Amino acid sequence: MTQAIRPRGGFVIIATFVVALLLTILPLPEWMVKFRPEWVALILIYWCMALPQRVGIISGLVLGLLLDTLQGAVLGQHALALVVTAYLTNRVHQQVRVYPMWQQALSVMGLLLLYQLLLLWVNGITGTKSQLWLYWLPTLSSTLLWPWLYLILRDIRRNFGVKG
Amino acid sequence: MRLLVCVLISVALMVVDHRFSLVKDLRSALSVVVYPIQYAVNFPLTASGWMSESFTTRKTLQQELDSLKSTQLLNAARLQKLAALETENQRLRQLLDSSFKIGERVLIAELLAVDLEPFTNQVVINKGSNQGVYDGQPLLDAHGVMGQVTQVGPLTSTVMLITDPNHAIPVAVNRNGLRAIALGTGNPNKLEIPHFPNDANIEVGDLLISTGLGGRFPEGYPVATISQIQQNPGQPFALVIAAPTAKLRQSREVLLVWPQTTNEPTQPSATTAPATADQEAPQ
Repeated sequence: MTQAIRPRGGFVIIATFVVALLLTILPLPEWMVKFRPEWVALILIYWCMALPQRVGIISGLVLGLLLDTLQGAVLGQHALALVVTAYLTNRVHQQVRVYPMWQQALSVMGLLLLYQLLLLWVNGITGTKSQLWLYWLPTLSSTLLWPWLYLILRDIRRNFGVKG
Repeated sequence: MRLLVCVLISVALMVVDHRFSLVKDLRSALSVVVYPIQYAVNFPLTASGWMSESFTTRKTLQQELDSLKSTQLLNAARLQKLAALETENQRLRQLLDSSFKIGERVLIAELLAVDLEPFTNQVVINKGSNQGVYDGQPLLDAHGVMGQVTQVGPLTSTVMLITDPNHAIPVAVNRNGLRAIALGTGNPNKLEIPHFPNDANIEVGDLLISTGLGGRFPEGYPVATISQIQQNPGQPFALVIAAPTAKLRQSREVLLVWPQTTNEPTQPSATTAPATADQEAPQ
């Protein structure tokens, strides 16, 4: 990638992140809240995988701070988790990109488990209680959602010609 | 390398935010950045409310007006009685030479319909430091105490509800004045009251009101009703569970209160009033 070609479609990436943030705080019925997928983490993982040279650790940090403010968490909690997730995704993107879909979903589950674990640690240190088994439900729903999300985002990316 | 820097930034922010609360400015700046997102999520609700208001028929409005009128009449009648009681109460307190707080300033705020983290009990309201909201300000709804403001931004603020696991509020049993602390459990319908002895004079259905001790919440507002008492002879304290009277999950219009912190006799009389008492007319 030479400097002469300007990266295209930055607004598409930003738009998907804004939608992710919207979905994160959208009011849901009581029983569905526990299943709310980790939208921001999922979409960050996708872009880190598709365009590792454009979306990475810095995006994770900024998104994490926004998410912290939106969710009223300790400032830096989601930032830390998203930074680590983005870093790992950037590291493994070349392998995961060519995996078959189910294997890819499993890899994403691994990343999300780590993401949730980091959040849980910080929760534990700052003294926020959470019900342990319910806590992992979003990882499950996010993993099940991954194949669809992947296809949709890939179509969006190709449609708008977003390139690194 | 960048990873290390970013991780360090995050950890440093967490430590600073959790231990020293030094990053208030950053937080309130970020809260302005995310306000459009919160507004967008809230918009369908506001819009549907507006639509249903605009398109109601004359008949429905008439009915609503009628019912409001009758409620108003009832309330006015009660208020008359209350006024009499209030003056009597003031007079009695004056006899006892103690102070009575009256006429707290309030502001109506609206909840932004946003879900925060599922395991913390927090809500966001649409008033911020531009309207004079401050950190630690109590929040009420029509039925009782809801919580207190924990983060103030220019346009919005975050409120910790009384059921948050990190929250505690000093209360007293309305019937006999027995004092206690009500702790949040994380469950929106449950408060836990530790340290009631097994033989304490409490019953299921007792109303707990705020005591104003600690200086954060105003005195005398309903907080919860006791819903369950489990006496365990092996333990020094009974397990007491109470249900918040405020409709934490339903209320959308809430009241921000500016409690009067200074104790002032409201009607200094010739015999009992201190010379320096500044008079404040009850509103």
